[in-house]
Amino acid sequence: MTFKVVHYINQFYAGMGGEDTAHVKPSSQEGAIGPGMQLDQLLGEEASVVGTVICGDSYYGEHMDEARAECLRLIEAFEPDMVIAGPGFNAGRYGVACGDICAAAGDELGLPSLTALYHENPGVEMYHKKTFIVETVDSARGMRSALPKMAELALKIIRKEPMGPAAEEGYIHRGMRRGFFHERTGAERAVDMLLQKIKGEPFQTELEMPVFKKITPAPPVVDLKKATIAICSSGGIVPKGNPDHIRVSSAEKYGKYDISGINDLTPDNFESIHGGYDRVYALEDPDVVLPVDVMRELEKEGVFKKLYDFAYTTTGTGTAVANAERFGQEIGRELKEAGVDAVILTAT
Amino acid sequence: MVREIENVAGIPVVQIATIVPIMMTVGTNRIVPGVAIPHPVGDPEAGPEGDRKKRRELLMRALKAMTTEVHEQTIFEK
Repeated sequence: MTFKVVHYINQFYAGMGGEDTAHVKPSSQEGAIGPGMQLDQLLGEEASVVGTVICGDSYYGEHMDEARAECLRLIEAFEPDMVIAGPGFNAGRYGVACGDICAAAGDELGLPSLTALYHENPGVEMYHKKTFIVETVDSARGMRSALPKMAELALKIIRKEPMGPAAEEGYIHRGMRRGFFHERTGAERAVDMLLQKIKGEPFQTELEMPVFKKITPAPPVVDLKKATIAICSSGGIVPKGNPDHIRVSSAEKYGKYDISGINDLTPDNFESIHGGYDRVYALEDPDVVLPVDVMRELEKEGVFKKLYDFAYTTTGTGTAVANAERFGQEIGRELKEAGVDAVILTAT
Repeated sequence: MVREIENVAGIPVVQIATIVPIMMTVGTNRIVPGVAIPHPVGDPEAGPEGDRKKRRELLMRALKAMTTEVHEQTIFEK
């Protein structure tokens, strides 16, 4: 039998136009069009592009829920065995749409999926754990090299062949680790790696550390005497009784606490619930982690204008980076809206 | 958290914590090294007065950090 593949592309690759048609709603056509024709050939006898689903990039980006639902409906109508999207290279909206369709095909239709993107495409960060993403260069000049890699990996997936490590198979890692018996012990491999490092030779770690982004520093506060300053902490300082039930570790939320009438944190009004450090001092005087007392003093002295009425706190131990980033984004939006000029964040 | 607040709000976020390499890794731009992990902005072992004095000193340094223009990740030691 021939496996059935549905290919997702945007308005541009469907030949509908560029930005002027980026608002077109989802539609579908029988068979392959655009880059799908080459893909269909590369899939050979074993698999065939039976249909193409098309959506304008802006429409997808601006109406994600509707676009996803409609695209899934169109995909399902072809009764496919797999969904392939793109390649989207470094096109932001298209890359996100490709990743989103692939992820949804898996989550909602139970179909395997694959796309191909440039590693900095925002769709990679968002969806690499949910689908196979073949790494491409940043523009469509990489079409010729991307399609054969996509076809090869697609066939492997569709045949349900055992999948090797991301780096060997040519897709972006999905954050998965599979246990297996290695012929050499961890100690031997670690020493080898160390020797390679000392010699300045290339080596491959077995445990990738997360890579954090860097940002351009925000401009400084111009006039401190007119500034409203907020305090935040990942040191687990919360009102006594922990009203929001923030977890002692691996926090999934943060609290926003009114400190407007408070001049001093004491064991009667606040406490530390942090599970990652010795809380003796913080329980005795929570100001050693969330410095309300001295901030209030400096406010009264007129060193700066105002201590912002709310403090944001959470527990920063074992907390997923993605959660910490989300907390920061939500807090940042609120502080911006509140007209806060700067933040002091303490961490334990 | 620090990085994303600064990124979204476009305002300086000064971090006071003890492990400087972690602040460098997560992308904090204005760093004030704290006293110790369980009490970054205090020195309870120095008694109530010494504790408060230390807290004030660190917060004054944080205020200085937020009013200082920086072009890269900067550690405010003094």
